[in-house]
Amino acid sequence: MPEISPPDQWSCPLPVRAGERVVLGHGGGGVLSAELIEQVILPAFGGAPAGGLRDSALVDVPAALADGGRLAFSTDSYVVAPLFFPGGSIGDLAVHGTINDLAMSGALPLMLSCGLILEEGLEIDTLARVARDMGRAAHAAGVPIGTGDTKVVGQGHADGLYVNTAGIGVVPAGVEIGPARARPGDVVIVSGPIGEHGVAILSQREGLEFGTTLRTDSASLHRMVAGLLSAGIDVRVLRDPTRGGLAASLTEIAADSRVGVVLDEAAVPVPDAVAAACGFLGLDPLHVANEGKLVAVVAPDDADPALAVMGADPAGRGAAVVGSITDAHPGLLVGRTRLGARRVIDRPLGEQLPRIC
Amino acid sequence: MRFLDEFADPVLARRMIEQIKATATRTWTLMEVCGGQTHSIIRNGVDTLLAGAVEFIHGPGCPVCVTPLEMIDRSLEIASRPDVVFCSFGDMLRVPGSGRDLFHVRADGGDVRVVYSPLDAVRIAADNPAKQVVFFGVGFETTAPANAMAVVAARERGLRNFSMLVSHVRVPPAITAVMRSPRCRVEGFLAAGHVCTVMGTAEYGPLVERFGVPIVVTGFEPLDLLAGVRQSVELLEAGAPALRNAYPRAVAAEGNPVAQRVLADVFEVCDRKWRGIGEIPASGWRLSGEWADFDAGRRFAVDDLEVRESPDCRAGEVLQGLLKPHHCPAFGSRCTPRSPLGATMVSSEGACAAYYAFRRLEVPSGA
Repeated sequence: MPEISPPDQWSCPLPVRAGERVVLGHGGGGVLSAELIEQVILPAFGGAPAGGLRDSALVDVPAALADGGRLAFSTDSYVVAPLFFPGGSIGDLAVHGTINDLAMSGALPLMLSCGLILEEGLEIDTLARVARDMGRAAHAAGVPIGTGDTKVVGQGHADGLYVNTAGIGVVPAGVEIGPARARPGDVVIVSGPIGEHGVAILSQREGLEFGTTLRTDSASLHRMVAGLLSAGIDVRVLRDPTRGGLAASLTEIAADSRVGVVLDEAAVPVPDAVAAACGFLGLDPLHVANEGKLVAVVAPDDADPALAVMGADPAGRGAAVVGSITDAHPGLLVGRTRLGARRVIDRPLGEQLPRIC
Repeated sequence: MRFLDEFADPVLARRMIEQIKATATRTWTLMEVCGGQTHSIIRNGVDTLLAGAVEFIHGPGCPVCVTPLEMIDRSLEIASRPDVVFCSFGDMLRVPGSGRDLFHVRADGGDVRVVYSPLDAVRIAADNPAKQVVFFGVGFETTAPANAMAVVAARERGLRNFSMLVSHVRVPPAITAVMRSPRCRVEGFLAAGHVCTVMGTAEYGPLVERFGVPIVVTGFEPLDLLAGVRQSVELLEAGAPALRNAYPRAVAAEGNPVAQRVLADVFEVCDRKWRGIGEIPASGWRLSGEWADFDAGRRFAVDDLEVRESPDCRAGEVLQGLLKPHHCPAFGSRCTPRSPLGATMVSSEGACAAYYAFRRLEVPSGA
């Protein structure tokens, strides 16, 4: 596995001339392709992997595998528009997202891949910014981008650029985190305020101002998960509540574990700006996407220690117990409203739609 | 959240609920006219907390639900044209027409865009002079002034490629229609606060006189709703129907005169068909003669539509308060948000959608 030097030692500045754009030839596998990779992408990622560029990355077998650990393998594609938004970009999102997908299985991420689909006409400077964000995020997370691929499609066939990241990691022996492991009596914890990413994207995409600048919460969560595991906490289920938000994650846990989930709506941390924006648009904060939060179902006695571990992580500020697992209504997520009544909380059918009035 | 959390305070809410229950000597039937209120009632569980004192009957105040099928089909036909950019608020996109919805039109290549303001559609028209830009003008008195302003703005900018498909509706004639139904069980109305913010309260006094029912202007947060319910129950117990304003922080008796002037200038009252209910006299607005050149209905001749409503859909009875959503035989089985028979199961303000989303603990659902 290649070692990554810090970004300030990387071989930027990039040799990108202002106004240069991606042309179809950048995806043709010839000189232009090689230049794009060598002059734009690899410097942004912290240099070529040790041992040079090959058709596949080589990964040393970690000791945890030999000790009974298992490989975790995940992939995700990022098609977000706009490419840049308050607090982040499609680049760091793609790195954080796949690291988090691995972490939600209890895996320690080893390496990422990066597939780029570029639209003809994209400014190379834009690509360089995205690649730099990926490199920085990967470096901060301590997870290298070890292999990749670049394709170019014609104008109108992509929204500037798309990113696919895949990642592998190792789940240490004895760690069993899975969607079906929630048990009645368990406690549901969310690692911080919800809804910031979705509203930040919406505000940027639609040019809406909400009086407060909301930033994405995009962050890597694998260190927080490692902290929970090393503290000996019995983590039953982990989810990152991305698309579909907290409601989707909790309804999936209810369905997979065949238990009921009770959500104390008053305990869910919703920032004022998120609540205001959602009220204005007729959206439910519970359905809004997050990119740097996790939901943990833990054994009842582990709630306080888990909160302490999360609170010690920069991405875990504002962690709170928001609910519990019950056998009363298997398969359903039920909210306890602020007034003390009950309601079913469901996933939205598709995209949430802003209402008329 | 400041200025909003105050109106969801659980301790105050509990106190008001107890007051209402202590006041009510029997179960009173109240109709909340507005779909936004329906969802707030169901979402917060206000109806279950007041069981025994108040039965809520859900009214026709969801603009998405009552937009007639012909109008939906017309929108689909216009939106399908290659030279058209069709702009709409988001929640119209999933409303089923006779065959498909605006999402399907978009998937088939139509240029259908979600906007957050009708002025966004005007801007799109200015930016796309080679296209015809059509805005779907749907809503009650709440949204009508802004839509009227969009037409004014388009004329001021000299845009010849902007038009509006207008299907606006008015609340007071709907209350009249509900009260005239021989099956009506409504004993009092919670009038929609947002509507009265624009129109004031003058239209409601004559309805109180005519039908002998209390009408209380009511807001949307839990405490706002409870305040409206409390005043309604007090009036009913006293046997003294009257018009009250339980939402004074937003509603003035005279409403918003500027908005009313724009409405009076751009629109004129007309008879309007309501989906599932039928035609209600003087219940709609259309562009007045002076503004008729912005009427998309005229600009795009769409006459030979074959309208096909599902015979199994009983949304009309739901909208008139004659049927509870979960008492419909199709509820949750043949009719779900994934495959809706009617708009009340689709709209974010629809009563059937509210019951499906929030009430599956208490009501049967085959889905």
